[in-house]
Amino acid sequence: MSNTVIRAERLSKRYVIGRHRQERYSALRDVVVRSVTQWARTGLDAARGRPLISGDEVEDFWALKDLSFELNCGDVVGIVGRNGAGKSTLLKILSRITEPSAGRVEIKGRVASLLEVGTGFHLELTGRENIYLNGAILGMKHAEIRRKFDEIVAFSEVEKFIDTPVKRYSSGMYVRLAFAVAAHLEQEILVVDEVLAVGDAEFQQKCLGKMKHVAGQGRTVLFVSHNLAAVRALCNRALLLADGKIVADGPVEAVARRYISTSNSTDAISFASNPAQPSITSIVVDREALSTGNLIVDIAFVAPRPLPTAVGGIMLRADTGQPLWGSNSRFHSSGEIAKGLTSGILRCEAPGLPITPGTYHLSAWLADWHEELDSKQDVLSIQLGGESADPLRLSSSLVGHVDWPATWRSVRREDASAA
Amino acid sequence: MTSNRKNRVISPTDRTTRLLVLEAGRAERNYWSDLWHYRELFAILAWRDITVRYKQTVIGVAWAIIRPLLTMIIFTVVFGKLAKLPTDGDVPYPILVFAGMLPWFLFSSILSEASSSMIGSAHLISKVYFPRLIVPASAGVVALVDFLANLTILFALMAWFRYLPNWHVVFLPLFIALAILASLGPALLITALNVKYRDMRYVIPFVVQFGLYVSPVGFSSEIIPENIRIWYSLNPVVGVIDGFRWCLLGDASRLYVPGLLASLAMTALMLWIGVKYFRGTERSFADLV
Repeated sequence: MSNTVIRAERLSKRYVIGRHRQERYSALRDVVVRSVTQWARTGLDAARGRPLISGDEVEDFWALKDLSFELNCGDVVGIVGRNGAGKSTLLKILSRITEPSAGRVEIKGRVASLLEVGTGFHLELTGRENIYLNGAILGMKHAEIRRKFDEIVAFSEVEKFIDTPVKRYSSGMYVRLAFAVAAHLEQEILVVDEVLAVGDAEFQQKCLGKMKHVAGQGRTVLFVSHNLAAVRALCNRALLLADGKIVADGPVEAVARRYISTSNSTDAISFASNPAQPSITSIVVDREALSTGNLIVDIAFVAPRPLPTAVGGIMLRADTGQPLWGSNSRFHSSGEIAKGLTSGILRCEAPGLPITPGTYHLSAWLADWHEELDSKQDVLSIQLGGESADPLRLSSSLVGHVDWPATWRSVRREDASAA
Repeated sequence: MTSNRKNRVISPTDRTTRLLVLEAGRAERNYWSDLWHYRELFAILAWRDITVRYKQTVIGVAWAIIRPLLTMIIFTVVFGKLAKLPTDGDVPYPILVFAGMLPWFLFSSILSEASSSMIGSAHLISKVYFPRLIVPASAGVVALVDFLANLTILFALMAWFRYLPNWHVVFLPLFIALAILASLGPALLITALNVKYRDMRYVIPFVVQFGLYVSPVGFSSEIIPENIRIWYSLNPVVGVIDGFRWCLLGDASRLYVPGLLASLAMTALMLWIGVKYFRGTERSFADLV
């Protein structure tokens, strides 16, 4: 018997997007109106002898295109890729939430999909009731849940409140209980999407540990995460997706290196400029510099009239929304001031920012000494610092966002008392 | 070492796991066995809906009882006293109305509970796989519980009027099943349509209100002229209500067999259409909700 548990052949998923399909669902009213107008227009065109233009402008979007791969029993596979690369679509297909548009997948064994923590939790029900409910939703048998009940409760650390409705739980308790159920699933194949991004730092580490344990049991795990460090810590193999295709498949280290290098060396975003207003047209972050902890940002702008003194500003915000650091060219001026420009680039260089490695959100401003002209809030998410940082390092929610080295040595009591 | 571990993880029952194939248009192949496989989830979702309903508010429980009681009183006054419509034999008019209202409320609440259930469970549908049929079905169970509460009220009412049903009453479970089947077809159809066309939710209250007067709830179907009665019975609820009255009111109510057969045929047709349409669209639910 072969050892393959998942075999995908030319797997594809198409979504239809188009002029009239921005909404995922529609109102019957609109459908009726649309078909009537369509019909009337077609009739009119036919009467005038014009060529008929076929239907709406419908566009196909291939979220996945011709994916083929095989996973063996015991593989712990990380799926990495940028937003929109098709990671979530792949998980949705494997967990049978949506069906492929073409191609096929063969799966041997029961699949548990954890696309979210606490799926189906009901606020009015108690913790105990929710364990049974959530377990059933995740595909556990009633007897199985009963057998593991004590273990789940112990893992969640909410023993005292197990008969309290979960609406009275703190968000931390809620997440712990939810993850505890998920952690005790027995299915042979686990499909996991970013669920580690929950809870406080201590619990995140417990989850990572549990995941490692699960992975060590010879089960097959598919793990999607933006946290490359977590993928490296957990997985032995990785798939790199880009634009719905597999661009790399192999040992996790090789794929992770490929991921970092193939992704653009810059993070950038551009904006449509308003011809009547001075505006920011693009923000570009040097990604290579970022990985070593240096922040280099280019703010490009255009203005309908020359700006007497163009001032640029940037600000970094943590995931919690808290502002961490900011700078502008007026207060951190290098003496060189951009005068009388109608377009240009303001570059900010901040070498060696003492900020904990992690993901931060960048905002940018354009001003004219006193007056704010344009601002782009939280438009780029940047990964500051090396990806290879220790996944079990102290999280910034515990020790804050300032990363400043300190020296530690042991001091004998005599020395201390002598001083 | 690894083989040892594997043995612990993969228990003997799992060895027989079948090969699951996912392909375009293929998802429905093991549909009914899948549905059976997920029976525990069905039970627990139904249990959740019931617990939440009866936990949340006292009004929620009382409402299930007050609504049919008030409707019964109004219908008795309007149809029985003001319009002076005849009852079946010597049956007190309130009992006639209540016996008709029981299946009607079962029908209409299954219809409305089911149709909104899929949108209400959108977060589940987009995160976990299970046969989607479970969602409207388990929502329907709540309606069944309300129905049972109402049934006890009917028996209390009959005791009050000292009215005893005869042996026909043993067929009542059969007609309860028929009422469920009759509502399931339209319910599934509307549920599936509701996922795709959100304005369907405006249609349902209208259908429910309209149906209350079109179906023989406030009056006996004996007053329908004989020549159109077979057509009237194409409303599947008519057969159900007639059946309920025949079971509960004893000799006073006669069973109009051709009408019942017409209702049965209509029920079967609606069920077929409902299940077919539901299964056809079910696969795209996750992309739509």
